[in-house]
Amino acid sequence: MSAIELNNLKYDFTAKSKRNLFILMGLGVILLILGVVMNMGHEHAAVDAHGGDDPRAHLGQRVWANLLVNGFFFGAIALAATFFYALQYAAQVAWSVVFQRIFSAVSTFLPVGLIIILVVLAVGRFGGHHIYHWMDQSVYDISSEHYDSILAHKHAYFADAFFWARIILFIGGWIMYQRWARKRTLEEDLVGGDSIFKKNITKAAIFLVFFGFTSSVFSWDVIMSIDAHWYSTLFGWYVFAGMWIGAIITFIMILLHLKNRGQMEFVNASHTHDLGKWMFAISFLWTYLWFSQFMLIWYSDIPEEVVYFQQRWEYFNGLFWVTMFVNFAFPMIMLMSRDAKRNKHYLLFVGTLIFIFHWCDTFMLIMPGSVGEHWGIGSLEIGMFLFFLGGFIFWIMNALSKAPLVAKNHPYLEEGLGHNI
Amino acid sequence: MSSHESVLREPLVLGDKTYSDITAEVCRPIEGKANKYWYLVFTVAVIAFIWGFSCLAMTIGTGIGQWGANKTVGWAWDITNFVWWIGIGHAGTLISAVLLLFRQKWRMAINRSAEAMTIFAVLCAAVFVTMHTGRPWLDYWLFPHANQFGSLWVNFNSPLMWDVFAVSTYFTISLVFWYTGLIPDFAGVRDRFKIKGKPMQEKIYRILSFGWSGRAKDWQRFEEVSLVLAGLSTPLVFSVHSIVSMDFATSIVPGWHTTIFPPYFVAGAIFSGFAMVLTLLLIMRKVFKLEHYIGIKHIEYMNIIIIMTGSMVGVAYLSELFISWYSGVEYEGYAFMNRATGPYWWSYWGMMTCNVISPQLFWFKKIRTSLLATFILSIVVNIGMWFERFVIIVTSLHRDYLPSSWTMYHPTWIEVGIFIGTIGMFFTFFLLFARVFPVIAFSEMKTILKSSGSQYKRKFAESKGVKVDY
Repeated sequence: MSAIELNNLKYDFTAKSKRNLFILMGLGVILLILGVVMNMGHEHAAVDAHGGDDPRAHLGQRVWANLLVNGFFFGAIALAATFFYALQYAAQVAWSVVFQRIFSAVSTFLPVGLIIILVVLAVGRFGGHHIYHWMDQSVYDISSEHYDSILAHKHAYFADAFFWARIILFIGGWIMYQRWARKRTLEEDLVGGDSIFKKNITKAAIFLVFFGFTSSVFSWDVIMSIDAHWYSTLFGWYVFAGMWIGAIITFIMILLHLKNRGQMEFVNASHTHDLGKWMFAISFLWTYLWFSQFMLIWYSDIPEEVVYFQQRWEYFNGLFWVTMFVNFAFPMIMLMSRDAKRNKHYLLFVGTLIFIFHWCDTFMLIMPGSVGEHWGIGSLEIGMFLFFLGGFIFWIMNALSKAPLVAKNHPYLEEGLGHNI
Repeated sequence: MSSHESVLREPLVLGDKTYSDITAEVCRPIEGKANKYWYLVFTVAVIAFIWGFSCLAMTIGTGIGQWGANKTVGWAWDITNFVWWIGIGHAGTLISAVLLLFRQKWRMAINRSAEAMTIFAVLCAAVFVTMHTGRPWLDYWLFPHANQFGSLWVNFNSPLMWDVFAVSTYFTISLVFWYTGLIPDFAGVRDRFKIKGKPMQEKIYRILSFGWSGRAKDWQRFEEVSLVLAGLSTPLVFSVHSIVSMDFATSIVPGWHTTIFPPYFVAGAIFSGFAMVLTLLLIMRKVFKLEHYIGIKHIEYMNIIIIMTGSMVGVAYLSELFISWYSGVEYEGYAFMNRATGPYWWSYWGMMTCNVISPQLFWFKKIRTSLLATFILSIVVNIGMWFERFVIIVTSLHRDYLPSSWTMYHPTWIEVGIFIGTIGMFFTFFLLFARVFPVIAFSEMKTILKSSGSQYKRKFAESKGVKVDY
């Protein structure tokens, strides 16, 4: 393929695609409203049954918790795409350069996802919902009937100034790098040469270190603290594996879509094969971390720790096991062979399936601590998910259409194009 | 479309080698005579080896009471060394399997010695784990026998049992992987001895090379087997040290029971393994004049892996420390306080300094490309990783739930002697390996010559109009 042909490749975000995405989002909104309306009556029943003051039974709680699930799920995909972007530079990878614009586009969703998380946190702080029990200041007050000695012990960590300062620092740092990286790759298209590439390597390494330390703490703050008494040292890495696999699936889906439209002919079977390997490998990583966390807690059976899984076992039993099984067994069995990883139908099927079940995994990270036994996957949840999915795809495709599909001046482009395994 | 490697990548085979240069230079130590330094080091290693086994004989003859372990600190020096050695082995499997799957061509210069190191390290680990049972002549009970043999089966619920299977599987696969890779190289050595007219050596290497003929069919099978073994070994890199960590983490001992243990042990193992590979290779490349094959770039890559795994270990240390406070569990909090400020504070701070702080020096390109600095830091890392296991095992045990049984642990000279003995054993084997086996996978090395040899890269760069300095 000649250089001229590569230059002119641009993703055309057609009116038809936009319309379809709007329909998807509209459908999501309708289902969401329907879900809210349908649950209004149900809410009173739940409240009545629990003495009328269980905040976890409130409909508002469920809506906010869903917002957090989707904001975190899709925001984390963008975060993992940013991580992946940095990783490719730090490890000086050539084969992924050919679809670099895809993960660069996915990373642009980062500010949106993080702002949604920030809004959920802020609303919780001002009493709009009760997902984070520790935000209720009366738990720290020894004279209050809500006093909680375990949370009082953690007060220094959850104190407003420290909490908000670090959240803003993490979010700010990630967005700063993401925007910087995006700008540099577009600049490289115009300037050429190796200098931007070399700068990217250094910056990527710095980001990876920053991300390595902050991503764990962020998942403790935003997710683990929902189960305010519970703790697990592995938690951050487990959440990280989940976001990584979500991002890999997103790349594959977009790539297959573009290839389907005949727009990424230069991405050959070896490239999709390698992406398939990533999906396979990170599924194993996720399962490995799932197992490590679950088995060690189950085995030693310490009440303070095992309560976390007990809750999931009691109220989410089916979903809990099915999620683990699907996310492990399907990629393992279906993507084991070389041919499967080169076959778009296999990739599409397994990708779609585990994308949904990793959403369920995020759902189960958040729901047991925020709504407990009042959970459900109904019109409300599906609607919110579809709305987010549509918006997420719209945002990414829009970003993709704004820049050429090939990072034409990347020094490793030629090596990447010749990728053959 | 051409599939040339980018000119930005530095060549992996320096010095404008031809195919025959590669064979000749790698085989030189096998064909020549050892110099007096080899004999000197070998003698020291053998003496240490014999010394260690005398200490083992003492232990078996008089009993496990010869060791400093006591009722409170039931595991100490023995398991520290077991985990340390097993951990060192991990880099070999990572280099041979994971780097193969990631198509990292620089692995070809180092995989052979790293795999050899793995096997010898696992053997050293086996010494401790078989001896620590106290009555090693009954160790066959570690394996399940049929009930007719006279007893019920082993306890499959115990992570110690999983360890028996994990380590023995790991050893077997590593050995097979290593040997498979050696076959074409043995054939190469065989052919050289044939030309030189040395029938005795030719015969030995003929047997070792399993009739390798170098046909396309042989290579095709070779590559298939390598991939399959890499696929099997990769989960083993994770499972072995994860299961070793579960020996601790499934318990309810403060400082042991923490969920991050499995991945953090794996990262730590790779960290220490790469440090040991560096220690060995920095000497070997010099003595055997292999600087053109194991270049500064290789050393830099390994140092980068050390920074990465060292930082992962650092994140894990800090996570543990933080959660011990955050959890509000007093026992957990005390265990960590005791590590940092208790009677074994020196081992904790030794661990932190050697494992977390010192590898950060590799962020400076000057340091990570300096042979002397790398050599010193590789030893520092190995000391740090020894301290890590000591901290985990001894400081967690010596002050347990019952203050009346709190005590201290001091190693006896016999235990120290056994440790020195395993180091002697490790070096004895490694020195023998270096004399009779090709220390670089030269047949595989030839496959990257055209894409990554210095003269070919230079020619390619010139054709692109780029000036390069190699």
